[in-house]
Amino acid sequence: MNMQKVIRVSSRRQEKGKLIVPLLKGLVYTLKNLFSKKVTILYPEHRRAVSKRWRGLHRLKTDENGELKCVACGLCAVICPPEAIRMTPYEEDGGTRYPLEFFIDEIRCIYCGFCQEACPKDAIELTGVYDYVDYTRADLQFDIEKLKRPEDFIFKGK
Amino acid sequence: MVFLVFLGMVGIKILVVFSVVMIIVAWSTWLERRLLGAVQLRYGPMRVGFQGLLQPIADGIKSFMKEETLPENADKTLFILAPIISISTALTLLVVIPFGRPVTIMGTEMTMYLADLEIGILFVLGIATLGSYGAMLGGWSSGNKYGMIGGLRASAQMISYELSMALAVISIIMISGSLSLVGIVESQIEGLWNCLRQPLAFVLFFICGLAELNRTPFDLPEAEAELACGYNVEYSSMKFSLFFMAEYCHLFVFGALVTTLFLGGWHGPVLPGVVWFFIKTFGVIFFCIWERATFPRFRYDQLMALGWKVLLPLGLANIVITGLVMLV
Repeated sequence: MNMQKVIRVSSRRQEKGKLIVPLLKGLVYTLKNLFSKKVTILYPEHRRAVSKRWRGLHRLKTDENGELKCVACGLCAVICPPEAIRMTPYEEDGGTRYPLEFFIDEIRCIYCGFCQEACPKDAIELTGVYDYVDYTRADLQFDIEKLKRPEDFIFKGK
Repeated sequence: MVFLVFLGMVGIKILVVFSVVMIIVAWSTWLERRLLGAVQLRYGPMRVGFQGLLQPIADGIKSFMKEETLPENADKTLFILAPIISISTALTLLVVIPFGRPVTIMGTEMTMYLADLEIGILFVLGIATLGSYGAMLGGWSSGNKYGMIGGLRASAQMISYELSMALAVISIIMISGSLSLVGIVESQIEGLWNCLRQPLAFVLFFICGLAELNRTPFDLPEAEAELACGYNVEYSSMKFSLFFMAEYCHLFVFGALVTTLFLGGWHGPVLPGVVWFFIKTFGVIFFCIWERATFPRFRYDQLMALGWKVLLPLGLANIVITGLVMLV
């Protein structure tokens, strides 16, 4: 036999009178929400912390004398998949090597972090800076001076 | 000379009421957006000015700058007339609202209303119904299907709820014995407000008022999800803003009416009457925003069923009971 439970529509109609309590419960719920903490982060002033391993804007590290750690070996430029790094190495008579020019095209860069891993001198790293903006493509060709201070390019609002 | 002074007084009063109400209308949009945001655990407008307080000004400038469009299929005259009807009826309602008890300034008695009509409440009901012509004509004349359905819904809804609203008001008229809004406020002088003496009429009036205002849960004429904004879908620029100003002006007038009819108008301890009036009005406006954030929209047949099968019999029963109690 068919043992399926019969749902009587007429009996459900009688529950209509009980609708008022849920309506009031809803009002209480929204009133509680009204005074509870907001989940929105007001972005440029407050921001969510990114992971320590975040791969953002590059930094060329300096040693304690303020000199670049980079010896312009060119390994990063070789390993870079989109070929976003180009540099001009220079060697002094004493054998100290450093880059005369060092450019990273931040538009071409895919932020894979290979340059950081390839570097034998731990001279380049990817920071947590993720929201730098500018008006022209030329502005986003980062040279040595810009690469030394990536924190300056955090977006601060207008 | 006396007549000129009288005219000047009236002119100044009209200016004051108009500008105060317009400021309230502008900033109640801000209040609504902030409160809706808070209920949904977000902020709402925060960027323009301190806490977003200049947002209404920015919105006003924006809507002035927008392009004015006139649809090809539209009935041009009515299309332009509709928002004007909407806003002017909403503003006309302000005439009879008593904002406070009369005060004496420099030896002359100043009344805190623009006019004390003998039939004030009838005037309100009549003009409020005219206001629905704005939505109706606007939706119909724009030559848009969504607009037309919105206009149809607006007319059907407003006609059905106007009736129950009037019935709720009748019981108030019965116990206060006056059709004038000032008289109704003065009849609540013993501190026993009409919302305690007529709780059923209070609830009925509130529900019908929400339906008249086109507010959630009765916002079928402009149901965003189904009608793409309903009756005002073809409107742009200042014409659209006029509709919105009318809506918020109606909201204020509704708050003022509930205050006048049920919450004792300007009566209250310590503070001056005008302050009490605005506190109560803002309480009502707050509730309107709060319930908007809470309740979903009615289905069309549910709306009609509620209006005709529940509210109308309740209103009639309320009148009969009130009459019997008064007789005994």
